[in-house]
Amino acid sequence: MSDVKKRTFVVTRFDPDRDQVPKTQSYEVPCRPDWKVLDALNFIKDEIDATLSHRWSCRMAVCGSCGMNVNGEPKLTCKTSLEDYGDTVEVAPLSNFPIIRDLVIDMDGFMEKFRAVKPWIIAAKQRAVEEGTYRQSPEQLAAFKQFSMCINCMLCYAACPVVSQEPEFLGPAAIALGHRYNMDSRDEGQPERNAVFRGEGTVFNCSYANECSEVCPKNVDPAAAINQAKLNAVIDWATSFVVRREK
Amino acid sequence: MVEVYRHDVVIVGGGGAGLRAAIAAVEADPKVSVAMVSKVYPMRSHTVSAEGGAAAYVPGSDDSLEKHAYDTVKGSDFLADQDCVDYFVEQATPELTRLEHWGCPWSRNDDGSVATRPFGGMTVPRTWFAADKVGFHMLHTLFQHSMRFERIVRYDENFVTKLLVDDGAVRGVVAVDIRSGAMRLFVGRAVILATGGAGKCFPFTTNGTIKTGDGMALAYRAGVGLKDMEFVQYHPTGLPGTGILITEASRGEGGYVLNSEGERFLVTRDYGVGQKAELGPRDMISRAEILEIEAGRGIKGPYGDYVLLDLRHLGEAKIMAKLPFVRELARTYVGVDPVYEPIPIRPVLHYMMGGVDTDLRGATPVPGLYAAGEVASVSINGSNRLGSNSLTECLVFGARAGVEAVAFARAAGTGNEARLRAEAEGEGARLDALRGRKKGGEKLSHIRREMQLAMERGCGVYRDQAAMQQAVAELAPLKGRYADLALEDTSQVFNTELLQGLELGNMLDVAEAIAVAAAARRESRGAHACRDFPKRNDREFLHHSMVFFTPSGPRLEKKAVTITRFQPEERKY
Repeated sequence: MSDVKKRTFVVTRFDPDRDQVPKTQSYEVPCRPDWKVLDALNFIKDEIDATLSHRWSCRMAVCGSCGMNVNGEPKLTCKTSLEDYGDTVEVAPLSNFPIIRDLVIDMDGFMEKFRAVKPWIIAAKQRAVEEGTYRQSPEQLAAFKQFSMCINCMLCYAACPVVSQEPEFLGPAAIALGHRYNMDSRDEGQPERNAVFRGEGTVFNCSYANECSEVCPKNVDPAAAINQAKLNAVIDWATSFVVRREK
Repeated sequence: MVEVYRHDVVIVGGGGAGLRAAIAAVEADPKVSVAMVSKVYPMRSHTVSAEGGAAAYVPGSDDSLEKHAYDTVKGSDFLADQDCVDYFVEQATPELTRLEHWGCPWSRNDDGSVATRPFGGMTVPRTWFAADKVGFHMLHTLFQHSMRFERIVRYDENFVTKLLVDDGAVRGVVAVDIRSGAMRLFVGRAVILATGGAGKCFPFTTNGTIKTGDGMALAYRAGVGLKDMEFVQYHPTGLPGTGILITEASRGEGGYVLNSEGERFLVTRDYGVGQKAELGPRDMISRAEILEIEAGRGIKGPYGDYVLLDLRHLGEAKIMAKLPFVRELARTYVGVDPVYEPIPIRPVLHYMMGGVDTDLRGATPVPGLYAAGEVASVSINGSNRLGSNSLTECLVFGARAGVEAVAFARAAGTGNEARLRAEAEGEGARLDALRGRKKGGEKLSHIRREMQLAMERGCGVYRDQAAMQQAVAELAPLKGRYADLALEDTSQVFNTELLQGLELGNMLDVAEAIAVAAAARRESRGAHACRDFPKRNDREFLHHSMVFFTPSGPRLEKKAVTITRFQPEERKY
């Protein structure tokens, strides 16, 4: 290919068995014009240095595995075109997460936050299969659909200024997911999730930076979810208070 | 040191079938404990990439179970087992309904009922969908729903290296914890394989990099036959270069396939799809595209010749409502906005009809060992799967395998733990010897590439005896070179080179099974299209092919097809 262009990739390397702190290593990679950042990492892995570790799978921006910092910004590497970068590209693990190895981050904390919002349909009575599907109008679907599009790539956690200061902050993707179920016409779990949202380190810790929505590769707009969740959690609390007083 | 974990049921794989099996298992018995052992976090599983939909009869529509069964059997070119197909279509609606109750955001009609769309080879619209991200939504719904059950214990990023069969039954699995490098023995009374297919045996595939046939290889080495491996599905609409899938729903929603002359060749020429045109089955449309390209009516591109998928007449509003992901993919990966330009497409390897031999309960011949989803061959797909049957298959047979595994586990004992531990230690020693091994100097990525190219040349859309025999002949020395693999990474922690090495070993076994089974089937049926045997030959080949592992190479056998109410007839649309 005549239009192959050499670029230098400055990649974070870290092996806890050997290294005290992460270092970087540079690789010269002949890149095709249609390549994404991930293609260059795979070239390094296959042809230059088989010891490089990174996560990836679908390479079509839906499995959520390959989030990394590219020139300091959280990106889905399979969706990030090299055309937008210069001769030198820095690839580092996502910020705000512990590093396991090289470009691989520890996502245990994220998985716990994820479960904390009870991301499943909560209904007082389980609907029987024989009763058929729920009716849900296109408008009711639209109320939560956008917030169901999260691929759990965690770019929003890497971008979030609150997570960087308070690692325990429930964070954008988890709140958006909880809100997604709260907005689903089939769900009755709002009181439980709103109780979670009124706890410490959740919706009220958000600083309105909007960074999460800016880096989201799927336009989930977690910032909007947090704002709506905040309001609902307050209304829910106020309503329960009023209802209790009326009794 | 081997870490030991004990559960009633061990599920290998956390995609659509594995998650459905796990949920079914814990619901079937309030005491059962389930281990979900997956090499990736469940939401990364390849189910996530399925786009177009899941098929099931909609009560009150003009569809029927019989029609769905007939379409499936005809699509299979009469190689499906019809008792399994009957069970499948019966359970399809309850399964998709359950998923709806669990929160799956199915697209809706104005009255709030679940919407359906037409799909290839289906006579009526029965494909339920959530825009064009159906696999994504199904997987996330299942995963999120599974989190409510504390008895489903996940072991994320654990790679299973061996299936333990001892004293006549399955006893568990050995895995390596990818994060620490530690060996883990999962002792179980039943094991369910739900590891998906093996698309990465081929160079040009829709499949993600994790689709390396692990479960097929595990079962194969444990003595279970692999069934109908020669039948691999080429999807007619993949993006050149990357192989990224453009969903069949684009044709379901009215898209056209065009050649370089702008001609809808599926309408104007006789490719066997009749009135169905773009909604013909995948095997036939892929063949038509190849013939168009061979006739010089393709378009030259840097990644080979291609034809076009034209959605322009659908208009932006419909594309955004029904096919937003197709637009995102085309713009991101080929720089084409389908609202204004046709999308370049070509046939791309997509799915394995074959797999681990199971019956309709998901049971393999090894007591206590079950398989479901793409890893398995029940078989409802025969020689050609209809689009949107596979997501439903993951649910129907995942659920059944989960229930059956629990029933088996209740009655089963555990194995001799000292022997199992010794096996795990043996696996630990094997992996230790692989890490950083200098022997031989053979490079992993190069052997993998050569295997993939051999498979593409030998087991493509069209095949012939010489090409298939050539693939078989090329794979044997690759296996020899694999034994001389050199690995650079000595680390215990997240050693992905070691994993790729193990995956390559799995793929070489699976690839050989595919090529050997293909070369033995001297007829054309479904996705297996031989230029030198262009006709279906029921007299000699109306049987499943079975491949068994032996130390000296694959051994082939035949297995009868269950035919009940639909007698084989010429497959014409």
